[in-house]
Amino acid sequence: MRTGICHETFASEERLWPVAATRVWMLILAICLFSLPLWGGDYVLAMTCIVGIHIVATLGLNITTGNTGLISLSHGAFLGVGCYTVAWLAHRGVPFYVALPAAGLLTALIGVVVGLPSLRVKGVYLAIATLAAHFILTFVFREWDAVTGGVPGTTIPRASIGNFTFVGDRRNFYLIYGCAFLLAIAARNLARTYIGRAFVAVRDRDISAEILGVNLLQTKLQAFAIGAFYAGVAGGLLGYFYGAITPEYFVLTLSVFYLAAVIVGGLGTVLGSVLGAVFMTFVPEALRLAVNASSHWFPSVAALLLPMGQAVFGLLIIVFLVFEPHGLAAIWSRVRRVIHLWPFRT
Amino acid sequence: MSLRAEVEVPAVLQEPTQGLALAVEGVDLRFGGIRALRGVSFSAEPGKITAVIGPNGAGKTSVFNAISGFYRPAAGRITLGGEDITSMPIHARAKRGIARTFQNIALFHGLSVLENIKLGGHHTMRAGLLSAMVYSRSTRDEEVALRAEVERKVIDFLEIDHIRHLPVGVLPYGMQKRVELARALAMQPQVLLLDEPVAGMNREETEDMARFILDVQEEWGVTVLLVEHDMGMVMDISSKVVVLNFGEVIASGTPDVVRRHPEVIRAYLGTEGADPA
Ligand SMILES: Nc1ncnc2c1ncn2[C@@H]1O[C@H](COP(=O)(O)OP(=O)(O)OP(=O)(O)O)[C@@H](O)[C@H]1O
Ligand SMILES: [Mg+2]
Repeated sequence: MRTGICHETFASEERLWPVAATRVWMLILAICLFSLPLWGGDYVLAMTCIVGIHIVATLGLNITTGNTGLISLSHGAFLGVGCYTVAWLAHRGVPFYVALPAAGLLTALIGVVVGLPSLRVKGVYLAIATLAAHFILTFVFREWDAVTGGVPGTTIPRASIGNFTFVGDRRNFYLIYGCAFLLAIAARNLARTYIGRAFVAVRDRDISAEILGVNLLQTKLQAFAIGAFYAGVAGGLLGYFYGAITPEYFVLTLSVFYLAAVIVGGLGTVLGSVLGAVFMTFVPEALRLAVNASSHWFPSVAALLLPMGQAVFGLLIIVFLVFEPHGLAAIWSRVRRVIHLWPFRT
Repeated sequence: MSLRAEVEVPAVLQEPTQGLALAVEGVDLRFGGIRALRGVSFSAEPGKITAVIGPNGAGKTSVFNAISGFYRPAAGRITLGGEDITSMPIHARAKRGIARTFQNIALFHGLSVLENIKLGGHHTMRAGLLSAMVYSRSTRDEEVALRAEVERKVIDFLEIDHIRHLPVGVLPYGMQKRVELARALAMQPQVLLLDEPVAGMNREETEDMARFILDVQEEWGVTVLLVEHDMGMVMDISSKVVVLNFGEVIASGTPDVVRRHPEVIRAYLGTEGADPA
């Protein structure tokens, strides 16, 4: 049982992880994760890389939608903007450590434009406005051959630093999780400053936020810009990871996937983004593996179930909205409380 | 009746700064065909408690909404310390020192009590976005200073230190009202607008709240504008009372004058002529 947490200064309580035991756990987790390429199998490693990219993108959407309450269906298309920006820059010899932030910034700029309707409309209407933006962006991806390579797609030169090239899953792993780690910390930091508090205030009660001096215009656009920045970086990482991309990757399902990850994981928390991204990547994957395994015995069932992957996203959103609106993060914190209080029960 | 408590006052709070004067001049407000306010004029003196009373639907909340900037008056103007704020953006009024609580509590349910109160200090914060994301030294200092300020000036003062880490949703109604006052005080206001601060409270909670309002006015020197149906409290703590009826000011003056005003008696109590206190 854990007892007796005591802070002597406000500064110590305002720390990132105020409890020492949490810091130790985070360190153990980080060591396990960053040593994964040394002991993980190929399949595990490839999946972990994809999860990492999804974590970055989900962190972003969780700021726009989870914290600030602005529903965005163009998040998947934002990844495309980041990916093509990196492709274009990489072909011109720009190193990844410049190209990735640049992709983030350009996507943030587009995020601001897409977020403009949020000053006027909310909820479903905003969802539709961002849906329109999604279609415009994907149209550009298909048609602007010079940059995107059109429907057949384009290649992206690998990221490299000096003589070291990030080729293969083991090396990309470090690129992806380096970014994911920094961006997760940044999201946590933001949440404990006045900017992060203003996001939640705008989501919960925009009129009283305004009374307190929160500039709604600035805050909403900031939330869109930050969310899009994360998506842009995620898209860039995706490009470096796959080495080639077609517009088909950035379909509406991708946006719905991230929305589902935010809802399933837990609105407005970094832990929720991580859990949501992991869960949403592995559920369809587990489903696929199960269907493949059963196809020996029931081939017709497999043919029927395979396209169901997308329906699963929808189902998960509904199940979580109804039964656990605070997502996996809330389930986790309940489990944690039970562990901390052990052997006592509440 | 003494509502004053014998509390020790921190040194910083002992020199009251004089709050700013607030004046509403000939304000007209329409909703479609309804004239919610008709040429409403009154002023709140600096550092004093002014009450706005009137029957339901008289336009009290509408006056507050005009002062906050939610509604644009069709005519007239509103000045704060002589400066015309009639068409100033809502969020800019926070910097000028206008703070407010709502008739229906408007706290942020996704945040803790402490975070809600910290939002009162929002308009004083300067850290840039990048600096916040890396939680730079300047950001940290600013956040820790805000925390210390809020703890010292507001949380201790309103005696809510035991609930500071709770989510606001779990608090009883009276406590939520107190947290909303705390959030408004964290703005370090010049003028404090309180819309029915003791509505729905029991006797004891009402007396606590009345004491806090008096303390704020005396120790902080804040100009208080108060809408309230509890006549006992209004007459006890205000130095001036403005009476609204059907969107018009029908009387204003000291509590003693207003309570004997024939129109007020008629508006409140029909024709019996009883004492509204
Ligand atoms: N947003 C609005 N749209 C239309 N009519 C409104 C609006 N706000 C207020 N009104 C009308 O203006 C009039 C004054 O309302 P207001 O809320 O200011 O009354 P009040 O004095 O605060 O009453 P109460 O004591 O019940 O709070 C009422 O007739 C009300 O119906
Ligand atoms: Mg009212």
